[in-house]
Amino acid sequence: SDAKSGRTELIFLIRFRHCCLLRNQRCILAYLYDRLLRIRALRWECGSVLPNTIQFHMSAEEVEWFNCYKKSLATYMRSVGGEEGLDLTQDLKPPKSLYIEVRCLRDYGEFEIDDGTTILLKKNSQHFLPRWKCEQLIRQGVLEHILV
Amino acid sequence: SFMQGSKLEMPLWLAKGLHDSKRRIISVELPKIYKEAWRTVFSADANVVDLHKMGPYYYGFGSQLLNFDNTENPQIAQTAFASLPQTFISRFRGIMDSSQNAYNEDTSALVARLDELERALFRAGQKGLNDFQCWEKGQASQITASTLVQNYGKRKLAELDA
Repeated sequence: SDAKSGRTELIFLIRFRHCCLLRNQRCILAYLYDRLLRIRALRWECGSVLPNTIQFHMSAEEVEWFNCYKKSLATYMRSVGGEEGLDLTQDLKPPKSLYIEVRCLRDYGEFEIDDGTTILLKKNSQHFLPRWKCEQLIRQGVLEHILV
Repeated sequence: SFMQGSKLEMPLWLAKGLHDSKRRIISVELPKIYKEAWRTVFSADANVVDLHKMGPYYYGFGSQLLNFDNTENPQIAQTAFASLPQTFISRFRGIMDSSQNAYNEDTSALVARLDELERALFRAGQKGLNDFQCWEKGQASQITASTLVQNYGKRKLAELDA
């Protein structure tokens, strides 16, 4: 009977340790998964090139994951919308007009638009520009979209 | 080493892992918020109870407790958990109404007594309201800076201050 109670204690201890290990594993996985979700969101917020300050904080596996995700997304976007594909990361808000009014929030420099003319983006200057050219700069905080 | 019959407090995940109806390693006692005394309070008026104070995950935790089949008192277990959805139903209307009508104001008084599930619902209601107002003002088509950029800007300011 001594042997039996010894065995029961052992079962308890094994179970206890196993519970703790599983719990630690769950916590780690939750943390890593949360990071992955944020990295995925980065593709949509920052575009396909990650700023260095962010990449500095990512592990090699996470950078690899980002590249794979980028590739999957690109493949998918090419496959929809006919011959040229469809850039889903553009026009995330429903566009109302082809041209929009923007104000420059900081000095950026020269900016070329489709017809060849260059515009100087200086802090506080306002311009009337094609929406698709400005979208990236607005998301990066260089320009501000003004509603009229 | 523990003696048989000793009482302890342990986290839910540990209790779940150790519980086994065949081996009878541990038996679980319901926290008092799920017991008889509190249930009468809930049936009288569920809206006055501060569910945040009583354990911020009242509904989730309560559902988890169903894992421990209380073979001694199956009746009690049944009635205890039947009151969960009832409580939720009586409180839900108030939450939905307030979340849809509080626009641009301090909502801390409204959410103070809600548990986490209810707070998530409240936030969803608020988001719907805010998105609608934004659309009504014609701002739905306005391109904005990404949240990452906005936060980075705030952090830089904070660093300058420090």
